[in-house]
Amino acid sequence: MNAGILNRRLFLSMAAASALAVSLAGCSGGKSGNSVEITNVSYDPTRELYQAVNPAFAAYWKKKTGQDVTFRMSHGGSGKQSRAIIDGLEADVATLALAYDIDVISSKAKLLPADWQKALPDNSSPYTSTIVFLVRKGNPKGIRDWNDLVKPGVQVITPNPKTSGGARWNFLAAWAYGRKAGGSDAAAEAYVKRLFTQVPVLDSGARGATTTFVERGIGDVLLAWENEALLAEKKLGAGKFEIVVPSISILAEPPVAVVAANAKKHGTEAVSKAYLEYLYTPEAQVAIARNFYRPSDPKIAEQFASQFPKLNLTTIDKDFGGWTKAQKTYFDDGGVFDRIYTKK
Amino acid sequence: MTRKTRKVTPGTESRTAQVLLITLALAFLAFFLMLPLIAVFSEALKQGIGPFLDAVANPDAFSAIRLTLIIAAISVPLNMVFGLAASWAITKFSFPGKNLLLTLIDLPFSVSPVVSGLIFVLLFGAQGLLGPWLSAHGVKIIFAVPGIILATVFITFPFVARELIPLMMEQGKEDEEAAVSLGANGWQTFWHVTLPNIRWGLLYGVLLCNARAMGEFGAVSVVSGHIRGETNTMPLHVEILYNEYDFVGAFAVASLLAALALVTLVLKTVLEWRFDLHSGARH
Repeated sequence: MNAGILNRRLFLSMAAASALAVSLAGCSGGKSGNSVEITNVSYDPTRELYQAVNPAFAAYWKKKTGQDVTFRMSHGGSGKQSRAIIDGLEADVATLALAYDIDVISSKAKLLPADWQKALPDNSSPYTSTIVFLVRKGNPKGIRDWNDLVKPGVQVITPNPKTSGGARWNFLAAWAYGRKAGGSDAAAEAYVKRLFTQVPVLDSGARGATTTFVERGIGDVLLAWENEALLAEKKLGAGKFEIVVPSISILAEPPVAVVAANAKKHGTEAVSKAYLEYLYTPEAQVAIARNFYRPSDPKIAEQFASQFPKLNLTTIDKDFGGWTKAQKTYFDDGGVFDRIYTKK
Repeated sequence: MTRKTRKVTPGTESRTAQVLLITLALAFLAFFLMLPLIAVFSEALKQGIGPFLDAVANPDAFSAIRLTLIIAAISVPLNMVFGLAASWAITKFSFPGKNLLLTLIDLPFSVSPVVSGLIFVLLFGAQGLLGPWLSAHGVKIIFAVPGIILATVFITFPFVARELIPLMMEQGKEDEEAAVSLGANGWQTFWHVTLPNIRWGLLYGVLLCNARAMGEFGAVSVVSGHIRGETNTMPLHVEILYNEYDFVGAFAVASLLAALALVTLVLKTVLEWRFDLHSGARH
């Protein structure tokens, strides 16, 4: 065998491959001709929702303007996604789990105005949700309400409030119960602290926590977004799980916003705005309800009323003084969560 | 692989000890390597070959496969050239800072992949050192293909060099000196003397480098932005599918990755055999 020839061939083919690769990598989207591309950076559980909404909006936009829309979707824990946008992930729209995660995009990276939440109806939240319990079939541990979660031998699954939006809603819902039951913030802290001693794993996002509970069979109760719980109950493991509605929970408002600076840069302002407004139309609201989120349109909400139990809901603005304050008090470094989770 | 750590000479251990050790090693292998591998393939084919093929032919899966191949096709040749240059410099010449260079080459091995990813976010991210300048000039690195390539090149940096340095050190520089004294220039020496001497070692390093480039998760995950159909490599796509409860899809893509790894292993074994033959003949 002639080694020189072998190596020369190897080098040539490698060089050709890399040249091809560079030319392939060169072509990536933006706005061109009669088509437009929107990057939607969203939180964990909305994958199925946008898979349903995006084609519907594309058809609507095509009919209205003749323009083709394509979507680039990115999903992850809400806090992590917010951080990525700040670090330069060029989202045209941010559809995250809670207002604070969009607030920091405004305050840290100045990519959208501080009053972004006034741009769309209902605090820019086209749907709401809440936190419920998912338990195994037959409810073997007899879990009815928050006080049952801290009984000896009950394992609770919730993601990490540091990275997950859903987990922050879980935490605050638990806090609201503790405050109501004990009459003070001190009582609430004692309750939540006890609750977290019963948590065997802290996943980084809501979807990870659901997988831990549903697929890996860990834990007795999952504190979950109502939409995740309904998805697990009706689709993933039909007949294997039950939803328990607690006596008190929290009204979760996952907001949406156009990331103004990025949309301007990409020339996608009009279509991004229309996309978010589309979420409030009856068609999108039905898709929202079918994916187990509570629609903001009262008429559609009426239609799906049987799916969503009425429950006593506390709110972030009324009971916790808004997200900026709640984030600082409970979840920032040195906050309540750090205090109770380290002093185990 | 025959390391004598104690004063026993090989062959003096009792027969039972040998059998025991071999059984232990085989059981360990079966449990930690074979079982998971079988699980991946059986999960992927759980619902038959049809759903498996659908999952692989899905446009997002296809673009993840394409991206992974592109990343490997760029970062592997880059690191091949770098590895060659570095080992050539280190083994054939002496210069100040040589030991420092040797240590630096190993850096990607000792740093956690997540940290390697974050380094690039800190450098090129919008809030990073070079971020504002890059964005003003319309250059996208982080959360785009260039960022993934950078992270992969960084992670796979040492493979070729680490493979070649010991080999070239062992071979010494007599052959090159002979070539030069017979009138060959540097390029001729490299092409006709050095390269043929190291070709199997080089290929072996390239294969290892390639395996890691295709399989890297941590560093790539940090810089990817996870945009479906665009910045998801195969390992990232596996995670996404798994989180969407698409287990057949997740394991189908995972089994492709595993198959790539198996091909690499077979090639590696063949090369090792050739390589042993070759270097054995030199002594």
